[in-house]
Amino acid sequence: MFGKGFWWKIMKIGTPKFTLLFGMKNQVYFKEASVKQVDVPTLTGAFGILPAHVPTLQVLRPGVVTVFNDDGSAAKFFVSSGSITVNADSSVQLLAEEAFPLDQLDVAAAKANLEKAQSEMASASDEAARAEVQINIDANEAIVKALE
Amino acid sequence: MFARTSALVFLPQCGQVRNMATLKDITIRLKSIKNIQKITKSMKMVAAAKYARAERQLKPARVYGNGAGALYEKAEIKAPEGVANKHLLIGVSSDRGLCGAVHSNVAKAIKAKIANLTGEGKEVMVVNVGDKLRNILQRTHGSYLLLSCKEVGRKPPTFTDASIVATELLNMGYEFDQGAVIYNRFRSVISYKTDEKPIFSIDTVANSENMGIYDDIDADVLRNYQEFALVNTIYFGLKESTTSEQSARMTAMDSASKNASEMIDKLTLTFNRTRQAVITKELIEIISGAAALT
Repeated sequence: MFGKGFWWKIMKIGTPKFTLLFGMKNQVYFKEASVKQVDVPTLTGAFGILPAHVPTLQVLRPGVVTVFNDDGSAAKFFVSSGSITVNADSSVQLLAEEAFPLDQLDVAAAKANLEKAQSEMASASDEAARAEVQINIDANEAIVKALE
Repeated sequence: MFARTSALVFLPQCGQVRNMATLKDITIRLKSIKNIQKITKSMKMVAAAKYARAERQLKPARVYGNGAGALYEKAEIKAPEGVANKHLLIGVSSDRGLCGAVHSNVAKAIKAKIANLTGEGKEVMVVNVGDKLRNILQRTHGSYLLLSCKEVGRKPPTFTDASIVATELLNMGYEFDQGAVIYNRFRSVISYKTDEKPIFSIDTVANSENMGIYDDIDADVLRNYQEFALVNTIYFGLKESTTSEQSARMTAMDSASKNASEMIDKLTLTFNRTRQAVITKELIEIISGAAALT
């Protein structure tokens, strides 16, 4: 009933396929792409994800995501925040709120924004405003660090 | 003499005699229908432009939205059966009409779900995005409405909109266990289908059986993840909904323009016939008048 095709498929699932879905809301960078490794910055620290990584859920912090393709080349993106899911079948969903390739970001603009945000911190009055400015500072610091 | 009386007897007994429409009436009617046709044609063009843009933005949003729901599918997260859990329905539609059956489809699905769930004794609340939905649901199911959002549909929806909805919803403090976002999934230019995407609360996800395999999760991370996933699902519903709405409006305005053209054709024929009848009548009057004098 199952035939040869079924058993062949079973045998092929030796190493789970490591597929990556990486995108932000109006642009998808990798869709069902087979990659070697992904480095992500999360709230609990930066870690790299290889095939057959243990399933986990994480939340991203502002930082650089590096995707290592099968052919060895690496693509870097700056993400503002988002979530990452590693499932049991070794598929990874990296959903970023905003993500841009590093070469689209401008160091000078980031530094200017960082200074402005740091000066706003002094004048921030209540908790919510302070938290917003802190997020601004974090993001800009990460951009500057990534581009240097 | 005999013939005359029999003719009198055979007069039809109609209670209300309709005067034949005068030329003026037909002209007025013709002008107003032509105006309506112009309006519906231009609405169709506008809807076509908006639809093209919405469909373009839908492609990546779809991939993103499916990715967001992947966790729920792969881990097969379900709320515990049998417990009286609280449900939350988020109906996604818009403020504007003239778009076919878009709003009533979502409202019908919501009403059916409410009937099901209350039949099973579960508690339900509804959040609706879009004024039209609120109008439909207010009359019969007003007690279930938790939150209502306006000013939807004028501009294409953004992630910010979805996050505003999610923030307000979470601030309301309604502790739901599971729920669904009910929206119109876009299939093609002429067809869409009312569909739903599941949403779960933090506790449901944390206590679900398959979550054990996911390593290194603490409450904070899970809460952030859940909130992000909620916004994603709402965003996905919004995007699909706008695309379906614009395509439905395009189709509706198209058939309205076609109907208007048909009416214009028929009225033009009636107009010509009436015009010829008026001319004939005048001629007869002139001729019989002249005959009477001679």
